[in-house]
Amino acid sequence: MIRVEDLSIVLPGFALEDIDLQVDPGEAFALLGPTGAGKTLLLEAIIGVVPVTRGRILIDGRNMTGLPPERRRIGILYQDHALFPHLSVAENIAYGQRYCTSALPDLGPLIERLGLQRLLERRIHTLSGGEKQRVALARSLAVAPSVLLLDEPLTALDPNFREDIRSLLKTLHRDTGITLLMVTHDFSEAHFMAQRTAVMNRGRIEQVGTVDAIFDRPETPFVADFVGMKNFFPAVIEEKEAVIGSMRLRCNPREGDFHAVAIRPENIRIRKEPFDGGTENCLEGKLVRILNRGFYADVRVDVKGISFRAIDTRRHLNRTALAEGESVHLAIAPEDIHLMRGRKPELKAPS
Amino acid sequence: MRKTIDDALPLPPPGSGRRRVDPFLGIALAASAIIMAFILLPLVEMVVQPSVEDLRETWSDPDVIRAIGMSLYTSGTAALIAFVLGTPFAYLMARKHFPGKRLVESVVDLPIMIPHPVVGIALLSMAGRHHWFGRILDQLNIQIMGTVTGIVCVLTFVGLPFYINAVKTGFEAVPARLETVSRSLGASPWSTFFRITLPLAWRSMLVGLIMCMARAVSEFGAVVIVAYHPMVAPVMIYERFTAYGLKYSQPVAVGLIMVCLVLFLLLRWASPRKDGTA
Repeated sequence: MIRVEDLSIVLPGFALEDIDLQVDPGEAFALLGPTGAGKTLLLEAIIGVVPVTRGRILIDGRNMTGLPPERRRIGILYQDHALFPHLSVAENIAYGQRYCTSALPDLGPLIERLGLQRLLERRIHTLSGGEKQRVALARSLAVAPSVLLLDEPLTALDPNFREDIRSLLKTLHRDTGITLLMVTHDFSEAHFMAQRTAVMNRGRIEQVGTVDAIFDRPETPFVADFVGMKNFFPAVIEEKEAVIGSMRLRCNPREGDFHAVAIRPENIRIRKEPFDGGTENCLEGKLVRILNRGFYADVRVDVKGISFRAIDTRRHLNRTALAEGESVHLAIAPEDIHLMRGRKPELKAPS
Repeated sequence: MRKTIDDALPLPPPGSGRRRVDPFLGIALAASAIIMAFILLPLVEMVVQPSVEDLRETWSDPDVIRAIGMSLYTSGTAALIAFVLGTPFAYLMARKHFPGKRLVESVVDLPIMIPHPVVGIALLSMAGRHHWFGRILDQLNIQIMGTVTGIVCVLTFVGLPFYINAVKTGFEAVPARLETVSRSLGASPWSTFFRITLPLAWRSMLVGLIMCMARAVSEFGAVVIVAYHPMVAPVMIYERFTAYGLKYSQPVAVGLIMVCLVLFLLLRWASPRKDGTA
């Protein structure tokens, strides 16, 4: 189990502040956030190479805050593998054996499990990216760490190896029951690997919860944007309606004090003809821009001075011959309008 | 666009016809040739002027052998001191960030910029009996003026920046993450240094040692202030030149050039390779 209590790290030009986090025994937990959010810094504080300004770090209930890395029994897997280039594969894997009394007595099964038998005598620079990552994983697991930290372990891999390593990590976690703390900026990776996740931004944790809860119910504008709710508007919630400027959208109200709504682009339907109505919110606006994204297109629609962002397939756009400057109709289901507490940003002007 | 008849003609095959030399390349080549001539001509002249008989006679002179030996011994000792004290210092400068680090780096580079006779004078003024440091040295029975210790002191002073800068660059080339991983696997800072950092940075340390020694072996200005005797090779060259003229100083100089050449070849051999070992 990893427990981070009230942790702050102040560095010149950057600070991690008020970090509270708990990763349960055997859990796979993902730290999500953009580059520069402080994820790796938090990982390096947990491993013990960055001194903390305030707070505590506990591993399996033991306070590790002042201990050097060699006494923490924490494994780490970096995206660039961090293999020792002057040692062979076998020497890399066995590196920690002489130091750790708890190390695996026989590395054979681990080597076999990771498919490294034929690589043992190879030099590091002769390995592929996927092979390097498997060697780094074997090296970490060889000392039987109590927890394993993964710093964007799939980022540097090409797509072929990425899927292999991802499945391998998932299987290893399931079979060994080791506690995993993974840092990533890729939501789909977190979704695949982790049960719970925390979203970090500018040195703070914005939200902690299950991956599904964060995906479906982001609590801050940043998290909403990060999980793809690109339409974010300040709103006044009146009974069953969200009032956005001069627009009124039916929504499913919840208990709480909400000041904003967020809508996923993929939950906005778009066509030339008016929608039937029913329970959906039907809006009319002007198609301002179509941005080609390959198989789909990013569509911007101006409705009464408010810019909506929708996603449509290229096929549908071609079939319906929608073009910039045309009048279009939007439909949004009430259940797809997510109510948020968030602070009130400026309304988006039509671009 | 209007096409001319030249555009329509096929390109001449490479090597045929008159080739136009790029003016920039021409200037660069000319400058390179001047520099090479500037460096090589006096040295070649120096080596070829003395007769074989002169060289044989000079190199069998015990005083000359002793002076070159003293140069190698004192500069080697200076390099060793730089290795012992400079390695941890360079590691600190490569790995740690602290207020005033730029200032410390500038201080390290100072010996490169200070006129070297000034170094000798500064050292002597500290080592005199009127200075508290000089009195401590006196109590410890350590003499600076006119001793091997004094020569080693000034050579260490002038050679240290070369060692520290080379080794610092070598340590910086070793990713700190390797050390983090090593320690996460249970290795202490000492073990990590000797099993990871040192094997990856040893070439830079060797380069630093050779550069430090090469710089020290050629030092004259600081040495002549602190210790005319025991005589090192540059002082002997100066003495023979002022006392007997060019003809007598040249064979000794050729000997010193040969020593520097060997050090230079060692440096080339030990320079960091592209395979990652710094």
